[in-house]
Amino acid sequence: MITLTPRTNVSVTLTIITPVLAIIFTLFMGLIIFSSLGYDPIKSLYYFFIAPVSRPDQVAALAVKACPLIIIASGLVFCYKSNVWNIGAEGQLILGAVFSGWVALNFLESDSILLLPSMMIASIIGGLLWALIPALLKVRFNTNEILVSLMLTYVASLFIDFLVRGPWRDPMSFGFPLTPTYSDAGLINRIHIPFVGYIGQLHYGVLIALCVSIVLWFILMKMLSGFSIRVSGESPKAAIFAGFKPSNVTIMVMCISGGSAGLAGMIEVSANIGQLQPNISFGYGFTAIIVAFLARLNPLAAIPAGLIVALAELGGDSVQISLGMPKVVTGVFKGLLLLSLLAGETLNRYHVIINLNMKSTKQ
Amino acid sequence: MTEQSNNILLSANNLTKLFGDFTANNKVNFSILKGEIHALLGENGAGKSTFVKMIYGLLKPDDGEIIWKNNIIDLSGPKHARDLGIGMVFQHFSLFDALTVLENISLAMTGNLNLLDLENKIHNVSQEYGLQIDPNSRVYNLSVGEQQRVEIIRCLLQDPELLIMDEPTSVLTPQEISKLFDVLLKLSDKGCSILFITHKLEEVRSLTSRATILRRGSNVGTVNTSDNTAKSLSQMMVGHEVIDTNNKKLKINSNNSLLIKDLSRPAETQFSVSLKNINLKAKGGEIIGIAGIAGNGQYELMETLIGEHLVNDEQKIFFNNKDLTRLKPNKRREEGISFIPEERIGHATVSSFNLSDNFYLTDYINKKSSNYGIINSNYNKLMSEKIIKDYDVRIPHDNPLANSLSGGNLQKFIVGREISRNPNLLIASQPTWGVDVGAALEIRNQIVKIAEKGSVVIIISQDLDEIFLLSDLISVIYNGNMSKQFKREDISFEEVGLLMGGSSLENK
Repeated sequence: MITLTPRTNVSVTLTIITPVLAIIFTLFMGLIIFSSLGYDPIKSLYYFFIAPVSRPDQVAALAVKACPLIIIASGLVFCYKSNVWNIGAEGQLILGAVFSGWVALNFLESDSILLLPSMMIASIIGGLLWALIPALLKVRFNTNEILVSLMLTYVASLFIDFLVRGPWRDPMSFGFPLTPTYSDAGLINRIHIPFVGYIGQLHYGVLIALCVSIVLWFILMKMLSGFSIRVSGESPKAAIFAGFKPSNVTIMVMCISGGSAGLAGMIEVSANIGQLQPNISFGYGFTAIIVAFLARLNPLAAIPAGLIVALAELGGDSVQISLGMPKVVTGVFKGLLLLSLLAGETLNRYHVIINLNMKSTKQ
Repeated sequence: MTEQSNNILLSANNLTKLFGDFTANNKVNFSILKGEIHALLGENGAGKSTFVKMIYGLLKPDDGEIIWKNNIIDLSGPKHARDLGIGMVFQHFSLFDALTVLENISLAMTGNLNLLDLENKIHNVSQEYGLQIDPNSRVYNLSVGEQQRVEIIRCLLQDPELLIMDEPTSVLTPQEISKLFDVLLKLSDKGCSILFITHKLEEVRSLTSRATILRRGSNVGTVNTSDNTAKSLSQMMVGHEVIDTNNKKLKINSNNSLLIKDLSRPAETQFSVSLKNINLKAKGGEIIGIAGIAGNGQYELMETLIGEHLVNDEQKIFFNNKDLTRLKPNKRREEGISFIPEERIGHATVSSFNLSDNFYLTDYINKKSSNYGIINSNYNKLMSEKIIKDYDVRIPHDNPLANSLSGGNLQKFIVGREISRNPNLLIASQPTWGVDVGAALEIRNQIVKIAEKGSVVIIISQDLDEIFLLSDLISVIYNGNMSKQFKREDISFEEVGLLMGGSSLENK
């Protein structure tokens, strides 16, 4: 029998050191994996971790990549904190992009500064409504939100596919499935820093991501509504005792996570693409699930966690391009990195007791 | 060897079981004869379940020995016990609803088996003992009594010599109970011993020959049931402790009043109890005790009083003439009502939260602890520190997590949290359950104090000593029915014990 028992006092220094140790362990394992496959291990690690962030514009690319992950993960934290399993952030992201796209396509000639804010609001509403479907079905008919939210992702991706190939297609696109390009007022600009200028693709969406993460952290940790969510997840009976209705909490967390996923979709399109196309997300809605857990369900920690996961993604691309390493190997290494971070976290909080005596008196 | 010892099927010598610091069973001696129906009596938490789990191999004793047919045995698990000939029917059944009776039973059988043979065997056993059942009907179509029959048949097919039954009658109707007793008597005629766990005294007298009574983990006596009345058995069960009635409180007149009028609630599952036309009246300054053995509707009553479960009616619960029946817990708190539920961890508190957050849990309606939805953590911290000081809560370090406090200290914190809000009505379930004597005394003093301030206090407790110590008026809840309210002076310990066991009082 292997049992995990919680440690009574978790050391603060150890909490800080643990992720470092986990990364060192991953590097060590990486050395073994890469060299056994015949790659120069030092070079591989260089291309994995250093090369993607060796220039300012590459650091900017990392931040841009992390941006949707941070926003979505900060919202998903609310769901997972209250034991509501929203797996459909990808679909909610798409609906956010679709709703904001609808606004943008209706004001293609506009140069109003109100266009961008209204697109943001539309995207939040879009993601929120899409998340509300599994939430209401769960509350009303006790359906499984995992299944419903996941399935709705496929509906959403077919829906946007339909829109860009059909009614919303740009007649001037030579048959490509693309909508017209948004007006400039509907695009998110790159950040211009005085005396420095632009840094790669770094755009204002990254600042929005930081704000979302901080605001959601404040709601979760410092406000009554966040408190009710935390209580519901930790102890449903205590939540009912306090007077927090479980169905209200479910609806609230689904709205928050759906809304933030929708916003991420809008930022992704307005900052990086400029028009709607069949594929607007690289699975951010799913990757953000990992980010949320890596962040130990803390919206603020979603910032570093989002950066780490983005680095793993970019590093994987980098070794594929530079060394011709197969995609599956980079996948294994990425998995190893996340696994050791999570394992380190677990070992930091729990003792592992291995009892080989099967006649244990423990029940 | 004497005739007597030859006749003993199983005995236990000084059987002891510890859970941490808690002694669940303390040197229990026990013996059951061949073919005997033996009752194991005791209040909730007296250690009955722990004891039978050791005999059935589910728990390992920390000390003492179990002797089966004159041999000391060391049970490795329930399978070992079954192989020896010890069977057990649990209070909660373990049957698959969607499968047939035959399929369910076949799952429990080991070795090769032919379903047709098994069906014949089931048929024979059910004929022999009068356990009518159709092997091919599906379990979800069966009544609770029939499901129990399936469990019994499953045990009987393994030819047990000792059958342990954990509170078998708690889920049955009176008609089903009498059928069950017929079966058990037949079994004992054929030489099978039966260990029958119960807290219902009338059953003990009508069915069993001897009874062993456990109190606080110790055997306080094994008696012939025919020599004893239900009254004397209940006395043994609850103990003879002298009750400190000097704890007289001042009589107070206040305008607070609680009225519960014909409160009913249907049972949601087969294991929950329905509440049947409960009536209760209380004035400010009065402490109302509700006695009863666990599982007789206290949980359901508490849920309804807190507002965690809202009954479909209106005008059932009034406090100070305001109808609370459809109000949620936080709205009831706004009316000046405090609740202390039975479960400290996971219900009254969140175990992984610190004390100031746990203070906030029932205080968030207060403007001081949150304003515009933002938590005022300084205020909550200050208040929780005040409670810790005022109610002498011993804490390991500053603002600890709820689960790092001992049970008694956490309970003191909860009582402090609820009483410090100066409620006009305090409803507490098992306020001193599992709490050490000193802490219990402090908690009771606080409860008396709040009543002296003119609040209405309702205490739901299985601890009869506590009921008599605190209450001005006593009612007993049994199977979802509430007895009428007796003044403490007008009813004896034994009479309450009888009501708790489901008997009625003829002359009252």
